[in-house]
Amino acid sequence: MNDDATHNLIEVQQLSKRFGEQVVLDQLDLTINSGDSVVIIGQSGTGKSVLLKHLIRLLAPDSGRVLIDGEDITDLTFEELLPIRHRFGMLFQSAALFDSLSVEENVGLGLKESRHYRANEIHEIVMEKLDMVGLASAADKHPSQLSGGMRKRVGMARAIAADPEILLYDEPTTGLDPITADVINDLIVELNDRLKVTSITVTHDMTSAYKIASRIVMLYQGKVQFDGTPDDIRSTDNPVVQQFIHGRATGPIQVR
Amino acid sequence: MIRPISGLGSFGVRTVSRFGGMTIMLGEFFYALRKLPRSMPLFVEQMYQVGVRSLPLILIISVFVGAVSAWQAAYQFKFIGAPLRFLGQAVGKATVIELAPVLSALVFAGRVGAGITAELGTMKVTEQIDALESLGINPVRYLVMPRILACLFMVPLLVTFANFISIMGGLVVSIIGVNVSSETFLFGFRDSFKLTDFLAGLTKAAVFGLLIGLVGCYEGFRTRGGAQGVGLATTTSVVTSSVLILVFNFIFAMILFRL
Ligand SMILES: Nc1ncnc2c1ncn2[C@@H]1O[C@H](COP(=O)(O)OP(=O)(O)OP(=O)(O)O)[C@@H](O)[C@H]1O
Ligand SMILES: [Mg+2]
Repeated sequence: MNDDATHNLIEVQQLSKRFGEQVVLDQLDLTINSGDSVVIIGQSGTGKSVLLKHLIRLLAPDSGRVLIDGEDITDLTFEELLPIRHRFGMLFQSAALFDSLSVEENVGLGLKESRHYRANEIHEIVMEKLDMVGLASAADKHPSQLSGGMRKRVGMARAIAADPEILLYDEPTTGLDPITADVINDLIVELNDRLKVTSITVTHDMTSAYKIASRIVMLYQGKVQFDGTPDDIRSTDNPVVQQFIHGRATGPIQVR
Repeated sequence: MIRPISGLGSFGVRTVSRFGGMTIMLGEFFYALRKLPRSMPLFVEQMYQVGVRSLPLILIISVFVGAVSAWQAAYQFKFIGAPLRFLGQAVGKATVIELAPVLSALVFAGRVGAGITAELGTMKVTEQIDALESLGINPVRYLVMPRILACLFMVPLLVTFANFISIMGGLVVSIIGVNVSSETFLFGFRDSFKLTDFLAGLTKAAVFGLLIGLVGCYEGFRTRGGAQGVGLATTTSVVTSSVLILVFNFIFAMILFRL
């Protein structure tokens, strides 16, 4: 594996996950190359968030495995997972801010607990990241004092705080106004282009998807239904994909 | 006929798996103790939250526990015709070996155990615990260890305080309500006081503290669902730790106070 060329960074092999009777992921295969900007789309409840959580082993597969740089992470202990999790940053769909901490402490917590930074360095990094998401003025607020969109952006700043090489964004622009959403899209593109970050973004926002994706993957019924470039997806005649990206209520996808 | 029995069976299975889970968490707690220096600020914060903020409540219950034990002892003495000068002995013994440790622990379970479960349960269902892990922070070291340790240290301290206040409560009642002088009461108390009783009470208190912290954290971490799940977990936490306190108290009685 050479350093510069792209390689298989993440390999999801035959991943299955069920909750009780409900099968969410069904022998799903997906490979992500370093430098990719993959957008995952799919109906609400198809398992996009569940898939992201498997990538950093917040959920354990029922069967199948996840490889990061060829290393199977399925059976690793907490300590063994540490170096892998440090390569990732994750924005949760619910933002998942720590509500006992201020915005500044939220963004800086990972840095502080890693013990690689001094307090003044942490402060500088945190303010820089908050500035990138347009929230430098909210540093002293608590999460309960923020709007939904502001929480999302704090979650974003927290995800990128330690400059991880792989970023997982779960609906980064949901709940944002169109202008702020575009700022976040630009930020995702910039991190991907300039810092060569590999990113995986779950979104329902097709404008955002076309803007940031080098590849779009659609999940449907626990499997990858479609995998291609934004141009591929616009020209595909796959009826499931067509129905989804054009947002039609009638078609092969049935919403009960 | 079948259903209650199979219901009992599944209750049994759930109970066994719950205590299995608690044992595992206890092991993780001891393993995380080696990182105590790193979690020192969190531990100090929990000592304050868990201990200092429980003082007013312990104060109030202890005054009344002492008062009622003096009153009830006097009532029994009168009934069996025992001399009232032994009131200090009776109140002192009962307080130090049973009343202060057990009642403080039960109240502590209701206040602190419930609070721990509600806080960690909310963090669980709002994905904050997942977020900690995603940042490479061990939730056991960051959340569980400081809380259990704070309970382990604070319950014995609170019980020491409760002992003192209860005796004072008993003293006041015996002077005002029973007409036993403070000299007589305190002489009786000193006469019967044994350091080993006091230390046995503190040992029990430490174990109760550990149980409350452990059950509180465990139930918090296994919370599912939304607000309803948090409510359910909190109730389960208080009920489980209260039952465990009373069961362990009986076991302690058999070990420490041999007939
Ligand atoms: N912890 C859990 N326990 C039980 N079921 C779960 C759990 N997490 C997810 N599910 C179920 O798995 C399915 C997929 O959930 P997931 O959150 O991945 O959907 P999603 O594709 O992200 O949807 P959305 O676009 O609405 O966020 C849902 O039907 C959900 O009910
Ligand atoms: Mg989701």
